[in-house]
Amino acid sequence: MENTTKDYSHIKGWGIDADPKNDPTYPMKNRTNGEHLGYSWERPTLQSETVEILHSNERPDVTAVFGTSTPPSGLSGMIRRMAFKKTENDYGHWLPLILADRINVVEGIIEDLRSGHVPNIFAEKGMKAEWKYNRSGLLRQIAVTAIIGYGVVAFYRAKKKRDRGY
Amino acid sequence: MLAMNYRGPLRVRASQKPMPKIEHPQDAIVRVTRSCICGSDLHLYNGAVPDTRVGMTFGHEFTGVVEEVGSEVTKIKVGDHVLVPFNIACGECVFCKQEMYGNCHESNPQATAVGGIFGYSHTAGGYNGGQAEYARVPYANVGPTVIPEGMDPDDAVLLTDVVPTGYQAAEMGGIQKGDTVVVFGAGPIGIMAAKCAWLFGAGRVIIIDQVDYRLEFARNYSQCEAYNFNEIGDPVLFLKKTTDWMGADVCIDAVGAEAAGNAMQTITGRKLLLQAGSATALHWAINSVKKGGIVSIVGVYGPTDNLVPIGNVVNKGITIRANQASVKRLLPRLIEHVQNGVLNPKALITHRIPLEEVSDAYRIFSAKLDNCIKPILISPSAGM
Ligand SMILES: NC(=O)c1ccc[n+]([C@@H]2O[C@H](COP(=O)([O-])OP(=O)(O)OC[C@H]3O[C@@H](n4cnc5c(N)ncnc54)[C@H](O)[C@@H]3O)[C@@H](O)[C@H]2O)c1
Ligand SMILES: [Zn+2]
Ligand SMILES: [Zn+2]
Repeated sequence: MENTTKDYSHIKGWGIDADPKNDPTYPMKNRTNGEHLGYSWERPTLQSETVEILHSNERPDVTAVFGTSTPPSGLSGMIRRMAFKKTENDYGHWLPLILADRINVVEGIIEDLRSGHVPNIFAEKGMKAEWKYNRSGLLRQIAVTAIIGYGVVAFYRAKKKRDRGY
Repeated sequence: MLAMNYRGPLRVRASQKPMPKIEHPQDAIVRVTRSCICGSDLHLYNGAVPDTRVGMTFGHEFTGVVEEVGSEVTKIKVGDHVLVPFNIACGECVFCKQEMYGNCHESNPQATAVGGIFGYSHTAGGYNGGQAEYARVPYANVGPTVIPEGMDPDDAVLLTDVVPTGYQAAEMGGIQKGDTVVVFGAGPIGIMAAKCAWLFGAGRVIIIDQVDYRLEFARNYSQCEAYNFNEIGDPVLFLKKTTDWMGADVCIDAVGAEAAGNAMQTITGRKLLLQAGSATALHWAINSVKKGGIVSIVGVYGPTDNLVPIGNVVNKGITIRANQASVKRLLPRLIEHVQNGVLNPKALITHRIPLEEVSDAYRIFSAKLDNCIKPILISPSAGM
Protein backbone atom coordinates (compact mmCIF):
# COMPACT_ATOMS: atom_id res chain seq x y z
CA MET A 1 0.00 0.00 0.00
CA GLU A 2 1.01 3.53 -0.63
CA ASN A 3 2.65 5.79 1.92
CA THR A 4 0.79 9.04 1.97
CA THR A 5 2.55 12.17 3.13
CA LYS A 6 -0.68 14.01 3.85
CA ASP A 7 -1.86 14.22 7.44
CA TYR A 8 -5.42 13.03 8.01
CA SER A 9 -5.28 12.99 11.82
CA HIS A 10 -8.09 15.52 11.98
CA ILE A 11 -10.44 12.92 10.47
CA LYS A 12 -11.50 10.55 13.18
CA GLY A 13 -10.94 6.93 12.20
CA TRP A 14 -9.15 7.71 8.96
CA GLY A 15 -7.97 4.48 7.33
CA ILE A 16 -8.83 2.11 10.16
CA ASP A 17 -10.87 -0.14 7.86
CA ALA A 18 -8.53 -0.04 4.89
CA ASP A 19 -8.10 -3.57 3.55
CA PRO A 20 -5.54 -4.20 0.82
CA LYS A 21 -7.30 -7.48 -0.04
CA ASN A 22 -10.42 -5.54 -0.98
CA ASP A 23 -9.13 -5.01 -4.50
CA PRO A 24 -11.28 -6.23 -7.38
CA THR A 25 -8.67 -5.02 -9.87
CA TYR A 26 -6.43 -8.00 -9.12
CA PRO A 27 -4.77 -9.39 -11.24
CA MET A 28 -5.58 -6.96 -14.00
CA LYS A 29 -3.86 -4.03 -12.40
CA ASN A 30 -0.50 -4.29 -10.77
CA ARG A 31 -0.71 -1.50 -8.20
CA THR A 32 2.34 0.71 -8.02
CA ASN A 33 3.32 3.50 -5.71
CA GLY A 34 2.67 5.85 -8.61
CA GLU A 35 -1.05 5.44 -8.11
CA HIS A 36 -1.76 8.99 -6.94
CA LEU A 37 0.99 10.91 -8.64
CA GLY A 38 -1.17 12.22 -11.48
CA TYR A 39 0.12 13.06 -14.93
CA SER A 40 3.73 13.18 -13.85
CA TRP A 41 5.63 10.35 -15.53
CA GLU A 42 8.63 11.01 -17.69
CA ARG A 43 7.09 11.20 -21.12
CA PRO A 44 8.56 9.34 -24.10
CA THR A 45 10.13 11.41 -26.87
CA LEU A 46 7.34 13.37 -28.51
CA GLN A 47 6.49 12.49 -32.10
CA SER A 48 6.44 15.58 -34.31
CA GLU A 49 3.09 16.55 -35.71
CA THR A 50 3.58 16.27 -39.46
CA VAL A 51 -0.15 16.11 -40.10
CA GLU A 52 -3.15 17.61 -38.34
CA ILE A 53 -3.92 15.64 -35.18
CA LEU A 54 -7.17 16.27 -33.35
CA HIS A 55 -7.08 15.57 -29.65
CA SER A 56 -9.69 14.89 -27.05
CA ASN A 57 -10.31 17.92 -24.83
CA GLU A 58 -10.32 15.55 -21.90
CA ARG A 59 -6.54 15.67 -22.01
CA PRO A 60 -4.23 18.69 -22.16
CA ASP A 61 -2.08 17.62 -25.07
CA VAL A 62 -1.44 15.17 -27.87
CA THR A 63 -0.03 11.80 -26.76
CA ALA A 64 3.69 11.18 -27.25
CA VAL A 65 2.93 8.88 -30.17
CA PHE A 66 -0.02 8.83 -32.55
CA GLY A 67 -1.18 7.54 -35.91
CA THR A 68 -0.84 9.75 -38.96
CA SER A 69 -3.24 7.98 -41.30
CA THR A 70 -5.99 9.90 -43.10
CA PRO A 71 -5.77 13.38 -41.51
CA PRO A 72 -9.03 15.37 -41.49
CA SER A 73 -9.89 16.89 -44.85
CA GLY A 74 -12.82 18.36 -46.77
CA LEU A 75 -16.29 18.78 -45.33
CA SER A 76 -15.94 15.68 -43.14
CA GLY A 77 -12.72 17.15 -41.74
CA MET A 78 -14.51 20.39 -40.84
CA ILE A 79 -17.16 18.44 -38.97
CA ARG A 80 -14.53 16.37 -37.18
CA ARG A 81 -12.73 19.53 -36.05
CA MET A 82 -15.99 20.84 -34.62
CA ALA A 83 -16.74 17.52 -32.95
CA PHE A 84 -13.43 17.65 -31.11
CA LYS A 85 -14.49 20.87 -29.39
CA LYS A 86 -16.90 18.74 -27.36
CA THR A 87 -15.92 16.24 -24.68
CA GLU A 88 -15.98 12.48 -25.05
CA ASN A 89 -18.80 12.70 -22.53
CA ASP A 90 -20.99 14.60 -24.98
CA TYR A 91 -23.17 13.31 -27.83
CA GLY A 92 -22.07 16.50 -29.56
CA HIS A 93 -18.73 14.79 -29.97
CA TRP A 94 -19.72 11.35 -31.24
CA LEU A 95 -22.79 11.99 -33.38
CA PRO A 96 -21.07 14.56 -35.63
CA LEU A 97 -18.17 12.10 -36.00
CA ILE A 98 -20.58 9.45 -37.30
CA LEU A 99 -22.09 12.04 -39.67
CA ALA A 100 -18.58 12.95 -40.82
CA ASP A 101 -17.86 9.26 -41.45
CA ARG A 102 -20.88 9.04 -43.77
CA ILE A 103 -19.95 12.21 -45.65
CA ASN A 104 -16.42 10.88 -45.89
CA VAL A 105 -17.77 7.88 -47.84
CA VAL A 106 -19.14 10.21 -50.52
CA GLU A 107 -15.84 12.13 -50.51
CA GLY A 108 -14.10 8.80 -51.00
CA ILE A 109 -16.16 8.03 -54.09
CA ILE A 110 -15.48 11.49 -55.52
CA GLU A 111 -11.77 11.07 -54.82
CA ASP A 112 -11.83 7.67 -56.54
CA LEU A 113 -13.56 9.08 -59.63
CA ARG A 114 -11.18 12.06 -59.76
CA SER A 115 -8.21 9.74 -59.84
CA GLY A 116 -9.89 7.85 -62.68
CA HIS A 117 -10.93 4.86 -60.59
CA VAL A 118 -14.56 3.79 -60.75
CA PRO A 119 -15.07 1.87 -57.50
CA ASN A 120 -16.47 -1.60 -58.02
CA ILE A 121 -18.85 -1.53 -55.10
CA PHE A 122 -20.03 -5.10 -55.65
CA ALA A 123 -16.48 -6.38 -55.53
CA GLU A 124 -15.68 -4.21 -52.49
CA LYS A 125 -18.63 -5.73 -50.69
CA GLY A 126 -17.25 -9.19 -51.33
CA MET A 127 -20.17 -10.28 -53.50
CA LYS A 128 -17.92 -12.81 -55.20
CA ALA A 129 -17.67 -14.69 -51.90
CA GLU A 130 -21.39 -14.38 -51.35
CA TRP A 131 -22.00 -15.79 -54.84
CA LYS A 132 -19.63 -18.65 -54.22
CA TYR A 133 -20.75 -19.70 -50.73
CA ASN A 134 -24.29 -18.40 -50.36
CA ARG A 135 -25.74 -18.35 -53.86
CA SER A 136 -29.29 -19.28 -52.88
CA GLY A 137 -29.33 -16.73 -50.04
CA LEU A 138 -28.06 -14.03 -52.37
CA LEU A 139 -30.62 -14.86 -55.05
CA ARG A 140 -33.36 -14.88 -52.43
CA GLN A 141 -32.23 -11.47 -51.23
CA ILE A 142 -32.21 -10.10 -54.78
CA ALA A 143 -35.68 -11.53 -55.37
CA VAL A 144 -37.06 -10.05 -52.16
CA THR A 145 -35.56 -6.64 -52.97
CA ALA A 146 -37.04 -6.81 -56.49
CA ILE A 147 -40.49 -7.78 -55.20
CA ILE A 148 -40.49 -5.01 -52.59
CA GLY A 149 -39.24 -2.55 -55.22
CA TYR A 150 -41.98 -3.64 -57.63
CA GLY A 151 -44.58 -3.37 -54.85
CA VAL A 152 -43.52 0.18 -54.00
CA VAL A 153 -43.63 1.27 -57.64
CA ALA A 154 -47.03 -0.40 -58.15
CA PHE A 155 -48.38 1.24 -54.99
CA TYR A 156 -47.35 4.73 -56.08
CA ARG A 157 -48.66 4.18 -59.61
CA ALA A 158 -52.03 3.14 -58.19
CA LYS A 159 -51.95 6.08 -55.76
CA LYS A 160 -51.29 8.53 -58.59
CA LYS A 161 -54.28 7.09 -60.44
CA ARG A 162 -56.45 7.37 -57.31
CA ASP A 163 -55.29 10.97 -56.70
CA ARG A 164 -56.25 11.90 -60.21
CA GLY A 165 -59.68 10.50 -59.45
CA TYR A 166 -59.91 7.58 -61.82
CA MET B 1 2.73 -1.53 -51.07
CA LEU B 2 -0.52 -3.43 -51.09
CA ALA B 3 -2.87 -2.68 -48.17
CA MET B 4 -6.44 -3.10 -47.10
CA ASN B 5 -8.31 0.13 -47.77
CA TYR B 6 -11.58 1.03 -46.03
CA ARG B 7 -14.05 2.79 -48.35
CA GLY B 8 -17.20 2.88 -46.23
CA PRO B 9 -19.56 0.53 -44.40
CA LEU B 10 -19.25 -3.00 -45.86
CA ARG B 11 -16.83 -1.72 -48.53
CA VAL B 12 -13.16 -2.60 -48.37
CA ARG B 13 -10.56 -3.33 -51.02
CA ALA B 14 -6.87 -4.00 -51.44
CA SER B 15 -5.02 -1.15 -53.08
CA GLN B 16 -1.59 0.39 -53.41
CA LYS B 17 -0.60 2.76 -50.61
CA PRO B 18 2.65 4.50 -49.66
CA MET B 19 5.15 2.54 -47.58
CA PRO B 20 5.04 3.31 -43.86
CA LYS B 21 7.91 5.37 -42.48
CA ILE B 22 9.68 5.73 -39.15
CA GLU B 23 7.88 8.67 -37.53
CA HIS B 24 9.26 8.40 -34.01
CA PRO B 25 12.61 7.16 -32.68
CA GLN B 26 10.92 4.18 -31.01
CA ASP B 27 9.18 3.04 -34.22
CA ALA B 28 9.91 -0.11 -36.17
CA ILE B 29 8.73 -1.04 -39.64
CA VAL B 30 7.78 -4.67 -40.14
CA ARG B 31 7.10 -6.72 -43.24
CA VAL B 32 3.86 -8.42 -42.33
CA THR B 33 3.93 -12.22 -42.45
CA ARG B 34 0.44 -12.96 -41.13
CA SER B 35 -2.54 -10.78 -40.32
CA CYS B 36 -6.03 -11.69 -39.17
CA ILE B 37 -9.51 -10.32 -39.43
CA CYS B 38 -11.13 -10.08 -36.00
CA GLY B 39 -14.67 -9.67 -34.69
CA SER B 40 -13.52 -6.23 -33.60
CA ASP B 41 -12.89 -5.33 -37.24
CA LEU B 42 -16.55 -6.04 -37.93
CA HIS B 43 -17.58 -3.05 -35.79
CA LEU B 44 -15.43 -0.89 -38.08
CA TYR B 45 -16.57 -2.72 -41.21
CA ASN B 46 -20.20 -2.10 -40.29
CA GLY B 47 -19.51 1.60 -39.82
CA ALA B 48 -20.34 1.51 -36.11
CA VAL B 49 -17.18 3.08 -34.67
CA PRO B 50 -17.17 6.89 -34.80
CA ASP B 51 -14.22 8.53 -36.60
CA THR B 52 -13.50 5.62 -38.93
CA ARG B 53 -12.01 7.48 -41.86
CA VAL B 54 -12.12 6.42 -45.49
CA GLY B 55 -8.70 5.32 -46.73
CA MET B 56 -7.61 3.76 -43.46
CA THR B 57 -5.99 0.32 -43.24
CA PHE B 58 -7.36 -1.99 -40.55
CA GLY B 59 -5.65 -4.91 -38.84
CA HIS B 60 -4.56 -5.21 -35.22
CA GLU B 61 -3.52 -8.86 -35.20
CA PHE B 62 -0.27 -9.42 -37.07
CA THR B 63 3.22 -10.83 -37.09
CA GLY B 64 6.10 -9.51 -39.14
CA VAL B 65 9.81 -9.39 -39.82
CA VAL B 66 11.55 -6.22 -38.63
CA GLU B 67 12.79 -4.26 -41.65
CA GLU B 68 13.90 -1.02 -40.04
CA VAL B 69 14.14 0.43 -36.52
CA GLY B 70 14.25 3.96 -35.12
CA SER B 71 17.22 5.34 -33.17
CA GLU B 72 15.79 4.55 -29.71
CA VAL B 73 14.85 0.94 -30.43
CA THR B 74 17.01 -1.48 -28.44
CA LYS B 75 14.84 -4.52 -27.73
CA ILE B 76 14.35 -5.82 -31.26
CA LYS B 77 16.55 -5.70 -34.35
CA VAL B 78 16.30 -5.90 -38.10
CA GLY B 79 15.52 -9.47 -39.15
CA ASP B 80 13.67 -10.46 -35.97
CA HIS B 81 10.34 -12.19 -36.55
CA VAL B 82 7.96 -10.62 -34.05
CA LEU B 83 4.38 -10.91 -32.93
CA VAL B 84 2.80 -7.53 -32.34
CA PRO B 85 0.25 -7.16 -29.50
CA PHE B 86 -2.83 -5.27 -30.64
CA ASN B 87 -2.39 -2.65 -27.89
CA ILE B 88 -0.04 0.24 -28.60
CA ALA B 89 1.59 0.94 -25.25
CA CYS B 90 4.38 3.30 -24.16
CA GLY B 91 5.60 1.35 -21.15
CA GLU B 92 6.13 4.62 -19.23
CA CYS B 93 2.73 5.98 -18.21
CA VAL B 94 1.08 5.05 -14.94
CA PHE B 95 -1.26 2.61 -16.64
CA CYS B 96 1.49 0.78 -18.52
CA LYS B 97 3.50 0.62 -15.29
CA GLN B 98 0.50 -1.11 -13.76
CA GLU B 99 0.60 -3.57 -16.68
CA MET B 100 -2.64 -2.21 -18.07
CA TYR B 101 -1.16 -2.14 -21.56
CA GLY B 102 -4.60 -1.84 -23.12
CA ASN B 103 -5.12 1.47 -21.35
CA CYS B 104 -1.93 3.39 -22.22
CA HIS B 105 -2.19 7.15 -21.88
CA GLU B 106 0.51 8.03 -24.43
CA SER B 107 -0.78 6.32 -27.57
CA ASN B 108 -4.18 7.73 -28.40
CA PRO B 109 -4.69 11.49 -28.59
CA GLN B 110 -8.25 11.24 -29.88
CA ALA B 111 -9.83 9.50 -26.91
CA THR B 112 -8.93 9.05 -23.26
CA ALA B 113 -11.40 6.19 -22.94
CA VAL B 114 -9.24 3.71 -24.83
CA GLY B 115 -5.54 3.17 -25.50
CA GLY B 116 -4.06 3.10 -28.99
CA ILE B 117 -4.92 0.09 -31.16
CA PHE B 118 -3.47 -0.71 -34.58
CA GLY B 119 -5.83 -0.11 -37.48
CA TYR B 120 -8.76 0.72 -35.29
CA SER B 121 -10.13 4.11 -36.38
CA HIS B 122 -9.10 7.48 -35.02
CA THR B 123 -11.06 6.77 -31.89
CA ALA B 124 -8.21 4.36 -31.12
CA GLY B 125 -5.36 6.59 -32.27
CA GLY B 126 -5.52 6.79 -36.07
CA TYR B 127 -2.87 4.17 -36.80
CA ASN B 128 -2.81 2.20 -40.02
CA GLY B 129 -2.96 -1.50 -39.24
CA GLY B 130 -1.36 -4.73 -40.29
CA GLN B 131 -3.65 -5.90 -43.11
CA ALA B 132 -0.93 -4.75 -45.45
CA GLU B 133 2.49 -5.70 -46.75
CA TYR B 134 4.24 -3.44 -44.25
CA ALA B 135 3.26 -1.72 -41.02
CA ARG B 136 4.60 0.92 -38.69
CA VAL B 137 4.95 -0.40 -35.14
CA PRO B 138 5.33 2.36 -32.53
CA TYR B 139 6.91 1.79 -29.10
CA ALA B 140 8.89 -1.10 -30.52
CA ASN B 141 10.71 -1.61 -27.21
CA VAL B 142 7.45 -2.43 -25.49
CA GLY B 143 4.96 -4.37 -27.60
CA PRO B 144 6.61 -6.49 -30.29
CA THR B 145 7.91 -9.79 -28.98
CA VAL B 146 10.29 -12.10 -30.81
CA ILE B 147 8.46 -15.27 -31.77
CA PRO B 148 10.03 -18.10 -29.76
CA GLU B 149 12.09 -20.56 -31.72
CA GLY B 150 9.98 -23.38 -33.10
CA MET B 151 6.66 -21.62 -32.65
CA ASP B 152 4.36 -21.78 -35.66
CA PRO B 153 3.63 -18.26 -36.98
CA ASP B 154 -0.06 -19.27 -37.09
CA ASP B 155 0.06 -19.76 -33.32
CA ALA B 156 2.05 -16.57 -32.90
CA VAL B 157 -0.44 -14.40 -34.73
CA LEU B 158 -3.25 -15.59 -32.49
CA LEU B 159 -1.18 -14.60 -29.46
CA THR B 160 -1.54 -10.96 -30.55
CA ASP B 161 -5.22 -10.88 -29.52
CA VAL B 162 -7.44 -13.97 -29.60
CA VAL B 163 -5.62 -16.06 -27.01
CA PRO B 164 -4.94 -13.25 -24.50
CA THR B 165 -8.46 -11.85 -24.90
CA GLY B 166 -10.12 -15.23 -24.41
CA TYR B 167 -7.82 -15.94 -21.49
CA GLN B 168 -8.41 -12.56 -19.86
CA ALA B 169 -12.17 -12.99 -20.30
CA ALA B 170 -11.92 -16.12 -18.15
CA GLU B 171 -9.42 -14.53 -15.77
CA MET B 172 -11.70 -11.53 -15.16
CA GLY B 173 -14.45 -14.02 -14.35
CA GLY B 174 -12.59 -14.78 -11.13
CA ILE B 175 -13.49 -18.43 -11.73
CA GLN B 176 -13.27 -20.65 -8.66
CA LYS B 177 -12.90 -24.43 -8.89
CA GLY B 178 -16.22 -26.03 -9.77
CA ASP B 179 -17.87 -22.84 -11.05
CA THR B 180 -20.39 -22.92 -13.87
CA VAL B 181 -19.25 -20.53 -16.59
CA VAL B 182 -21.48 -19.38 -19.43
CA VAL B 183 -19.84 -17.82 -22.47
CA PHE B 184 -22.00 -15.79 -24.85
CA GLY B 185 -20.59 -15.87 -28.38
CA ALA B 186 -18.86 -18.77 -30.15
CA GLY B 187 -16.59 -16.65 -32.28
CA PRO B 188 -12.82 -17.05 -31.91
CA ILE B 189 -12.86 -15.05 -28.67
CA GLY B 190 -15.73 -16.95 -27.05
CA ILE B 191 -14.29 -20.31 -28.13
CA MET B 192 -10.95 -19.36 -26.57
CA ALA B 193 -12.63 -18.01 -23.42
CA ALA B 194 -14.54 -21.28 -22.99
CA LYS B 195 -11.33 -23.26 -23.47
CA CYS B 196 -9.47 -21.08 -20.94
CA ALA B 197 -12.27 -21.28 -18.36
CA TRP B 198 -11.13 -24.88 -17.72
CA LEU B 199 -7.60 -23.67 -16.94
CA PHE B 200 -9.03 -21.72 -14.01
CA GLY B 201 -10.85 -24.77 -12.71
CA ALA B 202 -14.38 -24.32 -14.05
CA GLY B 203 -16.65 -27.24 -13.26
CA ARG B 204 -18.99 -26.72 -16.17
CA VAL B 205 -18.66 -24.58 -19.29
CA ILE B 206 -21.57 -23.63 -21.54
CA ILE B 207 -21.33 -21.64 -24.75
CA ILE B 208 -24.27 -19.88 -26.43
CA ASP B 209 -24.51 -18.71 -30.06
CA GLN B 210 -26.90 -19.10 -32.97
CA VAL B 211 -24.50 -20.37 -35.61
CA ASP B 212 -24.55 -24.15 -35.60
CA TYR B 213 -21.17 -24.78 -37.20
CA ARG B 214 -19.53 -22.57 -34.58
CA LEU B 215 -21.35 -24.34 -31.76
CA GLU B 216 -20.18 -27.66 -33.17
CA PHE B 217 -16.61 -26.34 -33.35
CA ALA B 218 -16.80 -25.10 -29.75
CA ARG B 219 -18.14 -28.43 -28.54
CA ASN B 220 -15.02 -30.13 -29.83
CA TYR B 221 -12.35 -27.49 -29.40
CA SER B 222 -13.46 -26.06 -26.05
CA GLN B 223 -14.81 -29.40 -24.80
CA CYS B 224 -17.93 -27.66 -23.51
CA GLU B 225 -21.72 -27.75 -23.82
CA ALA B 226 -23.01 -25.62 -26.66
CA TYR B 227 -26.53 -24.36 -27.30
CA ASN B 228 -28.25 -22.47 -30.08
CA PHE B 229 -30.19 -19.61 -28.50
CA ASN B 230 -32.88 -19.91 -31.17
CA GLU B 231 -33.68 -23.42 -30.01
CA ILE B 232 -33.82 -23.07 -26.23
CA GLY B 233 -36.61 -20.54 -25.71
CA ASP B 234 -35.61 -17.65 -23.49
CA PRO B 235 -31.87 -18.24 -22.96
CA VAL B 236 -31.98 -16.77 -19.46
CA LEU B 237 -34.71 -19.15 -18.35
CA PHE B 238 -32.89 -22.04 -20.00
CA LEU B 239 -29.72 -21.19 -18.08
CA LYS B 240 -31.60 -20.81 -14.81
CA LYS B 241 -33.20 -24.23 -15.28
CA THR B 242 -29.93 -25.92 -16.11
CA THR B 243 -28.21 -24.46 -13.01
CA ASP B 244 -30.77 -25.68 -10.49
CA TRP B 245 -32.59 -22.33 -10.80
CA MET B 246 -29.60 -20.42 -9.41
CA GLY B 247 -27.95 -18.94 -12.47
CA ALA B 248 -24.33 -19.28 -13.55
CA ASP B 249 -21.45 -18.31 -11.26
CA VAL B 250 -19.75 -16.46 -14.08
CA CYS B 251 -21.05 -15.08 -17.38
CA ILE B 252 -18.76 -13.87 -20.13
CA ASP B 253 -19.85 -11.49 -22.90
CA ALA B 254 -17.75 -12.41 -25.92
CA VAL B 255 -20.17 -10.92 -28.43
CA GLY B 256 -20.21 -7.14 -28.12
CA ALA B 257 -21.95 -4.58 -30.28
CA GLU B 258 -22.94 -6.87 -33.15
CA ALA B 259 -25.23 -9.04 -31.01
CA ALA B 260 -28.34 -10.62 -32.51
CA GLY B 261 -31.29 -12.16 -30.69
CA ASN B 262 -33.40 -9.16 -29.65
CA ALA B 263 -35.16 -7.08 -32.30
CA MET B 264 -35.37 -3.95 -30.18
CA GLN B 265 -31.66 -4.03 -29.40
CA THR B 266 -30.80 -4.79 -33.02
CA ILE B 267 -32.87 -1.92 -34.39
CA THR B 268 -31.78 0.71 -31.87
CA GLY B 269 -28.18 -0.48 -31.60
CA ARG B 270 -27.19 -1.71 -35.04
CA LYS B 271 -29.58 -0.10 -37.50
CA LEU B 272 -30.31 3.33 -36.02
CA LEU B 273 -27.10 3.64 -33.97
CA LEU B 274 -29.17 5.14 -31.15
CA GLN B 275 -27.05 3.13 -28.76
CA ALA B 276 -23.44 2.05 -29.04
CA GLY B 277 -24.33 -1.29 -30.61
CA SER B 278 -26.77 -3.97 -29.61
CA ALA B 279 -26.32 -5.07 -25.98
CA THR B 280 -28.32 -8.31 -26.18
CA ALA B 281 -25.56 -10.63 -25.00
CA LEU B 282 -24.64 -8.38 -22.10
CA HIS B 283 -28.31 -8.17 -21.15
CA TRP B 284 -28.51 -11.96 -21.11
CA ALA B 285 -25.24 -12.23 -19.18
CA ILE B 286 -26.46 -9.91 -16.43
CA ASN B 287 -29.78 -11.69 -16.17
CA SER B 288 -28.44 -15.24 -16.18
CA VAL B 289 -25.61 -14.85 -13.68
CA LYS B 290 -26.49 -15.81 -10.10
CA LYS B 291 -26.80 -13.34 -7.22
CA GLY B 292 -23.33 -12.23 -6.22
CA GLY B 293 -22.00 -13.56 -9.51
CA ILE B 294 -19.46 -12.07 -11.87
CA VAL B 295 -19.99 -10.75 -15.39
CA SER B 296 -16.83 -10.46 -17.45
CA ILE B 297 -17.07 -8.33 -20.59
CA VAL B 298 -14.62 -8.49 -23.47
CA GLY B 299 -17.21 -7.85 -26.18
CA VAL B 300 -16.57 -4.42 -27.62
CA TYR B 301 -19.13 -1.60 -27.53
CA GLY B 302 -18.98 1.90 -28.93
CA PRO B 303 -18.15 5.02 -26.96
CA THR B 304 -21.67 6.34 -26.33
CA ASP B 305 -24.03 4.21 -24.26
CA ASN B 306 -26.08 1.03 -24.15
CA LEU B 307 -29.36 -0.24 -22.79
CA VAL B 308 -28.58 -2.82 -20.11
CA PRO B 309 -30.54 -3.91 -17.02
CA ILE B 310 -28.30 -2.07 -14.60
CA GLY B 311 -30.97 -2.26 -11.90
CA ASN B 312 -30.47 -6.03 -11.83
CA VAL B 313 -26.74 -5.53 -11.42
CA VAL B 314 -27.49 -3.59 -8.26
CA ASN B 315 -30.21 -5.85 -6.91
CA LYS B 316 -28.30 -9.07 -7.54
CA GLY B 317 -24.99 -7.73 -6.27
CA ILE B 318 -23.19 -8.49 -9.49
CA THR B 319 -19.53 -7.67 -10.02
CA ILE B 320 -18.78 -6.47 -13.54
CA ARG B 321 -15.21 -6.74 -14.79
CA ALA B 322 -14.16 -5.63 -18.22
CA ASN B 323 -11.23 -4.40 -20.26
CA GLN B 324 -9.35 -4.55 -23.48
CA ALA B 325 -6.97 -7.46 -23.07
CA SER B 326 -3.53 -6.55 -21.79
CA VAL B 327 -1.64 -8.70 -24.26
CA LYS B 328 1.89 -8.02 -23.02
CA ARG B 329 0.99 -8.82 -19.41
CA LEU B 330 -0.35 -12.23 -20.38
CA LEU B 331 2.14 -13.24 -23.07
CA PRO B 332 4.73 -15.07 -20.94
CA ARG B 333 2.11 -17.40 -19.44
CA LEU B 334 0.32 -17.92 -22.74
CA ILE B 335 3.49 -18.65 -24.69
CA GLU B 336 4.12 -21.35 -22.09
CA HIS B 337 0.62 -22.75 -22.55
CA VAL B 338 1.11 -22.91 -26.32
CA GLN B 339 4.55 -24.47 -26.05
CA ASN B 340 3.30 -27.07 -23.59
CA GLY B 341 0.35 -27.95 -25.79
CA VAL B 342 -2.22 -26.74 -23.24
CA LEU B 343 -3.59 -24.37 -25.87
CA ASN B 344 -3.60 -24.96 -29.61
CA PRO B 345 -4.56 -21.61 -31.13
CA LYS B 346 -3.85 -22.35 -34.78
CA ALA B 347 -6.66 -24.89 -34.88
CA LEU B 348 -9.03 -21.90 -35.00
CA ILE B 349 -7.73 -20.83 -38.39
CA THR B 350 -10.13 -22.03 -41.04
CA HIS B 351 -9.23 -19.72 -43.93
CA ARG B 352 -5.99 -18.46 -45.48
CA ILE B 353 -6.85 -15.77 -47.97
CA PRO B 354 -4.47 -13.68 -50.11
CA LEU B 355 -4.47 -10.00 -49.11
CA GLU B 356 -5.54 -9.21 -52.68
CA GLU B 357 -8.91 -10.83 -51.87
CA VAL B 358 -9.51 -8.84 -48.70
CA SER B 359 -13.04 -7.79 -49.79
CA ASP B 360 -14.12 -11.43 -49.98
CA ALA B 361 -12.29 -12.26 -46.76
CA TYR B 362 -14.28 -9.66 -44.83
CA ARG B 363 -17.50 -10.90 -46.35
CA ILE B 364 -16.76 -14.53 -45.54
CA PHE B 365 -15.95 -13.75 -41.90
CA SER B 366 -18.72 -11.23 -41.42
CA ALA B 367 -21.51 -13.27 -43.05
CA LYS B 368 -20.14 -16.51 -41.54
CA LEU B 369 -19.82 -18.17 -44.95
CA ASP B 370 -18.03 -21.44 -45.66
CA ASN B 371 -17.96 -22.40 -41.93
CA CYS B 372 -15.47 -19.66 -41.19
CA ILE B 373 -14.08 -19.37 -37.68
CA LYS B 374 -10.88 -17.34 -38.12
CA PRO B 375 -9.47 -16.07 -41.42
CA ILE B 376 -5.88 -14.99 -41.90
CA LEU B 377 -4.63 -12.80 -44.71
CA ILE B 378 -1.40 -13.58 -46.46
CA SER B 379 0.31 -10.62 -48.12
CA PRO B 380 2.21 -11.09 -51.38
CA SER B 381 5.51 -10.37 -49.61
CA ALA B 382 4.85 -12.53 -46.54
CA GLY B 383 7.48 -14.98 -47.75
CA MET B 384 6.42 -17.78 -45.41
N1 LIG C 1 -11.66 -6.76 -25.11
C1 LIG C 1 -10.76 -7.11 -26.02
O1 LIG C 1 -9.58 -6.97 -25.81
C2 LIG C 1 -11.22 -7.73 -27.30
C3 LIG C 1 -10.28 -8.28 -28.18
C4 LIG C 1 -10.74 -8.93 -29.33
C5 LIG C 1 -12.08 -8.99 -29.61
N2 LIG C 1 -12.96 -8.41 -28.75
C6 LIG C 1 -14.40 -8.45 -28.99
O2 LIG C 1 -14.90 -9.73 -28.70
C7 LIG C 1 -16.09 -9.94 -29.45
C8 LIG C 1 -16.01 -11.27 -30.16
O3 LIG C 1 -14.97 -11.30 -31.10
P1 LIG C 1 -14.89 -12.48 -32.19
O4 LIG C 1 -13.67 -12.26 -32.99
O5 LIG C 1 -15.09 -13.79 -31.54
O6 LIG C 1 -16.19 -12.07 -33.08
P2 LIG C 1 -17.23 -12.88 -33.96
O7 LIG C 1 -18.06 -11.84 -34.60
O8 LIG C 1 -16.55 -13.88 -34.81
O9 LIG C 1 -18.10 -13.69 -32.88
C9 LIG C 1 -19.22 -13.21 -32.25
C10 LIG C 1 -20.20 -14.36 -32.13
O10 LIG C 1 -21.30 -13.96 -31.32
C11 LIG C 1 -22.48 -14.57 -31.84
N3 LIG C 1 -23.65 -13.88 -31.29
C12 LIG C 1 -24.34 -12.84 -31.82
N4 LIG C 1 -25.33 -12.47 -30.98
C13 LIG C 1 -25.25 -13.29 -29.90
C14 LIG C 1 -25.99 -13.40 -28.69
N5 LIG C 1 -27.00 -12.57 -28.43
N6 LIG C 1 -25.65 -14.38 -27.82
C15 LIG C 1 -24.62 -15.21 -28.06
N7 LIG C 1 -23.87 -15.16 -29.20
C16 LIG C 1 -24.19 -14.21 -30.09
C17 LIG C 1 -22.28 -14.49 -33.33
O11 LIG C 1 -23.09 -15.42 -34.00
C18 LIG C 1 -20.79 -14.80 -33.47
O12 LIG C 1 -20.54 -16.17 -33.66
C19 LIG C 1 -16.21 -8.75 -30.39
O13 LIG C 1 -17.07 -7.79 -29.83
C20 LIG C 1 -14.82 -8.20 -30.42
O14 LIG C 1 -14.78 -6.84 -30.73
C21 LIG C 1 -12.54 -7.79 -27.61
ZN1 LIG D 1 -8.80 -8.66 -32.57
ZN1 LIG E 1 1.54 3.89 -21.54
